[in-house]
Amino acid sequence: MKVVEKKKIWFGLSIAIIVVGLIMGMIQGFNLGIDFTGGTMMQINLNKQVAVKEVKEVIKEFDLDADILHVGEAKHEIMIKTKKDLNSKERQKVFEVLQTKYKLKDTDFRQAEQFGPSIGEEIQKKAFLSVAIAAIGMLIYITFRFEFKFGASAIITLLHDILVVLAVFAIFRIQINSSFVAAMLTIVGYSINDTIVVFDRIRENIKFMKKKNYDDIVDTSVNQTLTRSINTSVTTLITITALYVFGVESIKAFALPLIAGTITGTYSSIFIASPIWASWKNWELRKGRYNAG
Amino acid sequence: MKVKNAIVLLLIIAIVAVGAIAGIKGLEIGNTKISPVKEMMTLGLDLKGGVFVVFEAETDASGKELDKIMNQTKEVIERRVNGMGLTEPNVLREGTKRIRIELPGVKNAQEAIDAVGKVAQLQFLNYKGEVILTGEHVKNAEVVFEKDKGNIPSVSLEFDSKGSDLFQKATKEAASHPSGSVESIIPIVLDGKAISTPTVNSEIPNGKAVIQGSFTMDEASQLAALIRAGSLPVTLTEVQTSVIGPTLGIDSLNKSIYAAGIGLAIVFLFMLIYYRVPGFVASVALVIYILIVLYVLIGFGAVLTLPGVAGLILSIGMAVDANVIIFERIKEEIRNGKTLRASLNSGFSKALTTILDSNVTTVIAGVVLYQFGSGAIKGFAVTLMVGVIASMFTAVFVTKTLLKLFVGLNAFNNTKLYGA
Repeated sequence: MKVVEKKKIWFGLSIAIIVVGLIMGMIQGFNLGIDFTGGTMMQINLNKQVAVKEVKEVIKEFDLDADILHVGEAKHEIMIKTKKDLNSKERQKVFEVLQTKYKLKDTDFRQAEQFGPSIGEEIQKKAFLSVAIAAIGMLIYITFRFEFKFGASAIITLLHDILVVLAVFAIFRIQINSSFVAAMLTIVGYSINDTIVVFDRIRENIKFMKKKNYDDIVDTSVNQTLTRSINTSVTTLITITALYVFGVESIKAFALPLIAGTITGTYSSIFIASPIWASWKNWELRKGRYNAG
Repeated sequence: MKVKNAIVLLLIIAIVAVGAIAGIKGLEIGNTKISPVKEMMTLGLDLKGGVFVVFEAETDASGKELDKIMNQTKEVIERRVNGMGLTEPNVLREGTKRIRIELPGVKNAQEAIDAVGKVAQLQFLNYKGEVILTGEHVKNAEVVFEKDKGNIPSVSLEFDSKGSDLFQKATKEAASHPSGSVESIIPIVLDGKAISTPTVNSEIPNGKAVIQGSFTMDEASQLAALIRAGSLPVTLTEVQTSVIGPTLGIDSLNKSIYAAGIGLAIVFLFMLIYYRVPGFVASVALVIYILIVLYVLIGFGAVLTLPGVAGLILSIGMAVDANVIIFERIKEEIRNGKTLRASLNSGFSKALTTILDSNVTTVIAGVVLYQFGSGAIKGFAVTLMVGVIASMFTAVFVTKTLLKLFVGLNAFNNTKLYGA
C-alpha cells in the first residue's frame, strides 16, 4: 500500500470533515448535554409504553419545555430533559403527578440528574487543560525517545483525532456531555499509542536506509505494522461495541465517542501521522539542498 | 522435557481457570473463603444506587474567611448526614465554594437532599417555644475561662446589634421569672435539637453573654463550635444532583458484566482463529490480565463507577495489543526463515521497545487525567493506568513463558499454528 503518495487525499479528506463539522457546529450549534448547558434529566419507569404526547399532556402544568424520549428495553421508561434546572422539590412534584396518573411505586423513579449552568464551563476548561498538559508531556517523552519531528507529528495527529470526532458529533448532532470529554481523553491515549507503534518501526527502518527516501521508509513501515494496527483496533472495537449494544443508556453515551475515536485513531496513525512526518523530513531535505547549491 | 513442559503448562492453565472461577463465583477451600470480585469491589453511587448532590455556597467571601465558612458548612452537613444512619456517606469540599455530598443507598432522594441542604437553623427560643432570634444574629461563640469562677471553661456569645436588642428583651422577660423555673430558660436549638438550656439570671443588655455550666473543655469547645456552625450566613444552592435508583444501579452493573463477557468471548475467538497457538496463549494471558487489574483495584480500595467499568472493558480490547505486536514480529521472523525458537526470541526482543514506548505515552495521558480530572474521570484514569501496566506485565512475562512452554512441547511446531 502506497500511503505517502496519496497523502493529499488523506489530508484533504480529514480537513474536509473537520471544516464541514466545525461550520455545521457553528451554524446549528453543538448538541450539548445538560451537564454542559445546565438542566435536568429524570428517568421514570411507567411500566408500560406511553406516547410522548400523553406524557407531555400530563406534565404540561409545569410548563417545562421538555424533551421526552423513550428508554429501556421495552420502552417502558421515559426520560424527561429540561433546560431549566429543577431542584429536588420541583422534580418530586413532577414525579408525583406522573405517579398518581400511572399508579407508580416510589422505586419507579429510576434516576435524576441536575446541573446548574455554571458546571459545564468548568468541565470544558478542565478537559482542555488536561489535553494540553498531556500533549506537552507526550511531546517531551517522544522528543526524548525519538526526535522532535516525531513528537510534533504525533501531537498534530492527536489534534486531528479530537477535531474529527467533534466534527462527526456536530454533523450527526450526537449529544456531547461530560462522558464525551472522558472518552476524548481516552482516545488521546489510544491514538498516541497507535501512532507510536508506526513511528517505532520507522525509527528502526531508518537504520537500514541507504538513500534518503522518507516516503519509502514510511510506506514500508506502515505496511509492516498494518496487520497489528488493524487487529488491535478490531479487538478494541469488539469490546466497546459490546458495551454499546448491551450496556445501559448512560454507558452508551460513553461508548459512542470511543467507537468514533478508535476508528479515527487507527485511521490517523496510518494515513495522517507518518505522512506528516515524511513531508516534514522531505521539506527539510529540499531546503538543505537549495542551501547547499 | 516434553512431559515436564506439558505438566507445567497444564498446571498454569488450571490455576488460571480456578482463579477465573473464584473471581466470578467465589471459592471456598476449608476455612478460607474468597468472595466473588463483584462483592469485594467498592461500587460507586451510579452502580449501587444513591444520591449525590453538589451544593454551592452563595457568598462573596474570599480567602481565609471563605475557607472558614466552607469548613463550618461542611461540619454542619457532616452532622446532618451522620444522623441519617447510612453506611458510607461522604462529605467533601470541591473547588472553592462547593461541597459534594454522597449518600449511598438513600431511599427517598428528595427528603435527603432537603434535609442536608437546608440552611443551618440555630435558634434561641423562649419558654413558649417561640423563636427569639436565630443564628443569623450570632457574631461569634468561643470558649472562655472566667477567673472569678475558678477558671472553669464557659462559652461566650456575641450578638450583632439587632441580636443584642432581641436578646436583651428576651433576657429581661426570662429574668423576671424565678431562677430555675421553666420560664427562665432560653434553650438554644440547632436543627430542632436543643444543644444547650441555659438559665437566665439577669437582663443582658450589651449583646455579650456567657453560658456557664460544669463543662469539660471538650464539651465547651463542642458547644461553641456548634453555635458557630449554626450561625452560618450562607445559603446553599444545589448545582448538581444525581439520583440513581437502586434497581438501575444493579441493572447497569449486570449489563456491563454481560457486555464484558460477550466482548471477551469474541476477542478470544478472534485471537484463536487469527493466531492459533499464540492466540490461545494470549487468551490465557488476558484472563490473568483481568484478574490482576480487578484485584489491584480492590487492593487500592478504588471505587468502581460506570465510566470505570467502561474503561475496564475498553482496556480488555487494548490489552491484547502488546500480544499482537509480539505475534506479528514472530510471524515476520518465521517468514524470514528463522526457526520457531529463534523467531520467538528475536520477535520478543524487537517488540519490547515498541511496547514500552507506546505504553509510556498512554501512562502519561493517564497521569494527567488523574491530576486534572474530576470525580469519575479520576477513577477512569486509575483503571487506565493499572490496565496499561498489567497488560505490559502479562504480555512480556506470561505470554513469553507460555509460548516457550508450548514450543518446548515439540507437538505444536508447525509454523502454520503460529499464524505464519
